[in-house]
Amino acid sequence: MELKAVEIALEKYLEGTSSILEEKQLKAYFSSNEIASHLVQYKPLFSYFEHQKSEQFTKALPLQTQKQSYVKWIGVAAAVAVLLGTMHYFYSEETTTDLGTYSDPEEAFVETQKALEMLSQEVNQGVESVAILKEYDKTTKTIFK
Amino acid sequence: MKQQEFLQIISPFKDKIFRVAKRLLVSIEEAEDATQEVLVRLWNKNEGLQKYNSVEALAMTMTKNYCLDQLKSKRASNLQLVHSNYGDHSPGIDKQIEDRDSWNWVEKIINDLPEQQKIIIQMRDVEEYEFNEIASVLDMNETAVRVALSRARKTIREKLLEKHSYGIKSS
Repeated sequence: MELKAVEIALEKYLEGTSSILEEKQLKAYFSSNEIASHLVQYKPLFSYFEHQKSEQFTKALPLQTQKQSYVKWIGVAAAVAVLLGTMHYFYSEETTTDLGTYSDPEEAFVETQKALEMLSQEVNQGVESVAILKEYDKTTKTIFK
Repeated sequence: MKQQEFLQIISPFKDKIFRVAKRLLVSIEEAEDATQEVLVRLWNKNEGLQKYNSVEALAMTMTKNYCLDQLKSKRASNLQLVHSNYGDHSPGIDKQIEDRDSWNWVEKIINDLPEQQKIIIQMRDVEEYEFNEIASVLDMNETAVRVALSRARKTIREKLLEKHSYGIKSS
């Protein structure tokens, strides 16, 4: 490469208008041993760029195969299954509980009467026991009057 | 996609990712971590990769974003990057010490540039990308890339000249 051409390319280089080819020529020129003395200060720059290209990435890559994601999905599927199972269990129990409905009105009347009778019996029993308590009340009043 | 196929896709540019990451993060260890992270993210995209017409451009954009995020969180937590590996060039035995010394200078000058200019210098002068590729990775227009590149190159030259003429002037 001629000196004149180098100077022009260098000028373009600094202006950011040189092409990749011109820059390659510059790199080639500055890696040679015949550099014009007034351009020698550019040598480290271009040889540095050339040198940087040789650096390599040497660390191992931890690439995992997709198997791991299957395991994850099995877990998700199991959780969903358990959830659906419990939901179904509770839901079905609620609907099947017998509320004791009668379709025949007469039978229903008899059953209601029975139930009310039982209730009043219980209430009467309660009233009787309270009557005994009243008796106590009376005697305490006569004593402490 | 099989692991073998994936490795084949990334092999032309995985070193570029590393070098761009190193340019931004400076430390070799952090650049390695960043490269690993970006490549694993690419691998996790798996079948989705076929949708992109240039996986390399995608990888470069991811690298840029990841590194800038790293730098941002570093600054937020008030931690300084340790610039400790200037001398780690592993040069050939025949390389002169003088050469290495001046490379260290160039590296230091580039490290002092703003991040955007660092990426542009790295992508253009080291990796030799075309302007439209750089523009798409950085989400800028081509003219802006050229202007930033010119500014960066002139700054480097200026500082290099300062260094070069240091001690030579007789006055």
